[in-house]
Amino acid sequence: MTTDILVIGSGAAGLTAALESKRDNIRVTVVSKCYPTNSQTCQAQGGINAVLETTEDDSIEKFIEDTFIASKGIASKSSIKKMCQSSKDIITWLDDIAVPFSRNEQNSIAQRKFGGTKAKRTCYSSDYTGLKILHTLYDQCIKNKIEFLNEYFLLDFIKEDENIYGAVFLDIKTLEIIKIYAKSVILASGGYAGIYENNTTNSSFTTSEALVKVYKNGATLSNLEFVQFHPTAIEGSNTLISESARAEGGFLVDEKGNRFIDELKPRDEVSRAISEKLLKNEKVFLDLRHLDEKLIDELLPQEKQLAKTFKDIDISKELLPIVSAAHYSMGGVLCDENAKTSLKNLFVCGECAQGNIHGANRLGGNSLLEVIYLAKKAGNSAFQNLQRATIKEDIKTVDFEKSIENILSNENIINVSKEKKEFGEKLFKSLGVFKDESNMKTLLSYLEELEQRLKVSTIEDKSRVYNKSLIEFLEFKESVYMAKLIAKCALERKESRGAHFRSDFKEQKEEFEKISIVKYEKEQDIISYEDAV
Amino acid sequence: MKIKVSRFKQEKTFVEEFEVRENKTLLENLVEIKQDKDSTLTFKHGCRSGACGCCSVRVNGQERLACKTKLKENDLIEPLKNYKVLKDLVVDSSKEEELLNKTNSFLHKKEDVNISIKDEKQIDRQSNCILCQSCYSSCPVYEVNENFLGPYALTRALRYVDDKKEGDKLAILASIQENGIWDCTLCGNCTFVCPQAIDPKMDITNLRMKSAQSGFEDKSMQNYNSFNTGFDPMGGFNPNGF
Repeated sequence: MTTDILVIGSGAAGLTAALESKRDNIRVTVVSKCYPTNSQTCQAQGGINAVLETTEDDSIEKFIEDTFIASKGIASKSSIKKMCQSSKDIITWLDDIAVPFSRNEQNSIAQRKFGGTKAKRTCYSSDYTGLKILHTLYDQCIKNKIEFLNEYFLLDFIKEDENIYGAVFLDIKTLEIIKIYAKSVILASGGYAGIYENNTTNSSFTTSEALVKVYKNGATLSNLEFVQFHPTAIEGSNTLISESARAEGGFLVDEKGNRFIDELKPRDEVSRAISEKLLKNEKVFLDLRHLDEKLIDELLPQEKQLAKTFKDIDISKELLPIVSAAHYSMGGVLCDENAKTSLKNLFVCGECAQGNIHGANRLGGNSLLEVIYLAKKAGNSAFQNLQRATIKEDIKTVDFEKSIENILSNENIINVSKEKKEFGEKLFKSLGVFKDESNMKTLLSYLEELEQRLKVSTIEDKSRVYNKSLIEFLEFKESVYMAKLIAKCALERKESRGAHFRSDFKEQKEEFEKISIVKYEKEQDIISYEDAV
Repeated sequence: MKIKVSRFKQEKTFVEEFEVRENKTLLENLVEIKQDKDSTLTFKHGCRSGACGCCSVRVNGQERLACKTKLKENDLIEPLKNYKVLKDLVVDSSKEEELLNKTNSFLHKKEDVNISIKDEKQIDRQSNCILCQSCYSSCPVYEVNENFLGPYALTRALRYVDDKKEGDKLAILASIQENGIWDCTLCGNCTFVCPQAIDPKMDITNLRMKSAQSGFEDKSMQNYNSFNTGFDPMGGFNPNGF
C-alpha cells in the first residue's frame, strides 16, 4: 500500500508527529507492533517540565541551565534553549486538546519539583501523566482520521541510495508481509533500555529492533553508551516507582534506616549510591512513612497501589525495598533541530531520537517534553518534505517470505524467553550502573557467540497465527546487535560522564566532551566523536 | 500449586494444567511457563504495572489484568469474551478504534474556560481508563447486540461530556443514543471488573440523565418494557424469564 506519511510507532511521539503532519488531503498512517495505548508512554507517571507564566521562582534560563548541567556538557545549548522556550506552548497545546492537567488552588496548572531542578517545574496529571497524554492524543488521532495499522512488526526499511521510501512489515496476526510506500517516514519506535530483560522498568514492547534496522540502512546513531538507570524500581518486579515519590518528600534509607544521599540529586548519582549498597548485598528502601497519608493518596495513588500489588506493602506505613533498573536511553538516531536524520525522507522523534538535548543524562520530566517537542518538529518536517518527495515502488527488497520460512525451518530450537533472561542479567551486570573494560569484553564475546547461534536457530512454535514466539525471536536478534553497539560505544568512551560510569576510568575527561557517533560502513561498526551542535 | 490455562491453537480448544508459584503474579507465572515448560504458550504483556492494558484475561470467569493478579489453587485462566480468540489467551480487539470513533469521544471544540481542581477531578476517574477491554468482555449486551457501543467507549464519552473544555457536548451525546446508553442493562458487570475502579454503569446512568436534560428521548422505560423481566402484562408471570 501507499500513504503520504508513514509513522512507525504509536506512543506519544508517533501520535503527536501524526497529528502535526496531518492535513485534510494528506494521508497519515501510524503502524505499530501493539495497540496505540499499549505504548510505553503510558508508564511515564511523573510529569512534563515547563516554565509557565504562573511558574514561581523559575525562568527559561534556569530551565536551560538545569538541563545543560544534567547533560554534562554534551548537549546542544541551542537545541535545549529552543525546547525550553517552547515548553509553555507545548503545555498549552496539550491542555487545549484536553489533557486533564492537575490544577492548583489558583486554577492554574499545578507543578511540582523533580530531581536536578531549581524550581517546581513539572506539570502532571495525578501520577498518570503519560497515560492521560497518550490517551488524549489517541482520541485526537481518531478525530483527525489518522489511519492505524496495529500489531504490525517492522522488518526493514525500503531504501534506495540514501533515500527512504517506506518500510516492510509483518502482520503479527497472520504472518503476511506488507510493504508500505510513503513520501515521508517518521520513526518513533521508542528507546533501547528495554533490552535489559528483567532489569528494566521498560515495557516488553521496547526491544530496539527498529533502531538496528535503521542503523543498518545507513542512519547515524549516537550516544548509545548513555543508558539511564532509574533509582527506584520495586525489588523483584522492577516496577517503576516514580521520581514524584521522592519529589513529594520520600527518603532513601539503608538497612539501618539512615539516609545516605540527597534524594533529589540527578538520577545517575542516586542510582550509583543505591547500586553501591546493593552490590554489597545490602538492601535499600524507599521511606514514605513520614508523609501525610492523605498526600500519598492524593498525589501518589499509583505508587501506593503498585507497592501493594507487587510487594504487598503499604507505603504509608512500611519501608519499600527498591533496586535501580534500566529506564531510559539517551542515545538513538542522531537528528538535527528539525528532527531530520542522515537519510532523506526519514525523520525521528521520541526516545529513539538523539536530538542533542539530554546528553549524558536526562532530567525527570524532560522526556515527555522532548517527546512532544521533537515530534512536532518531525511532523512538520515530514509534511514539508512532501513537496519534494515522491512515491517510489520499484525498489528491490529482501525476500522476507523466504527469510521467515528459513527461520521456521531451521533445526536448532531455542527458547527465546529463557535466552532473554540470561541476556538481560548479563547486560545488567556488565553494561549496567558500573562498567569496566574486562567485563564488557567478556560480554562482547558472549554476544558474538549468541548472535551466531541465533542465525541458525528457530523456535518451537511454527504456527502462522499470532506467532508471538517468532516476533520475540526477531526482536531478540536485533536486541543482541543493539547490546553489541552499546558495549562497543561504552568501551570506547574511556571516562565517566553522567549515566555512563566506568569503574576503570572514574573521571570525566575533557577530550571526551563530545557526542559519540556510530555508523555502519562495509558491515563494520565505526565509532567516532563530534561536538554537540 | 496448579492452575488451568485455556489453550486455543490450530482451531482446537483445550485446557492444560500447569504448576505455578503462589507468591508470583499470573503474568510472572505465564512468563515462567513460557520459559520453562511450554514456549508456545501465547499471551500479551507490556508494562507489567497495570497501565498499558494489554494483559487482561479471565480468571475463573472474571476479567483481570494478569500483571496484577495473584493466583489460587485450580484457578482457570481464559481469554477475554466477546472477541474472537486468535491464539491461547490472545484475542482480536481491533474493534476498539471503531467503537471510540462511533462515540465521538474526543474534544470537538475548545472552550476558553478556567479549570479548577474540582473540574479536573470531575473527569479524573474516567480519564484513568487503560482500554484493557475487561469491561467489554464482561458485558452481556453483546450477546444480543453486537453493535453495542459498550462500557469503555461510553465512559470515554462522559469523560469529554463532563470536560469543561468541551464546547460541543451535544455532538457526543447525539452519537451515543443508538446502540448506546439506552441499550445497557445496568447490570454492573463492567463496574465490578474494572481494574481502574471506573464505574461505567454510573457513567452510563449519568449520560442518560444528561441526554434527557439535553432534549434526547428518554428510552429507559421503553427498554425496561422490552426487556424480559419475567412479568408478562398480557399473560401473567413467565417462569422462564428473570
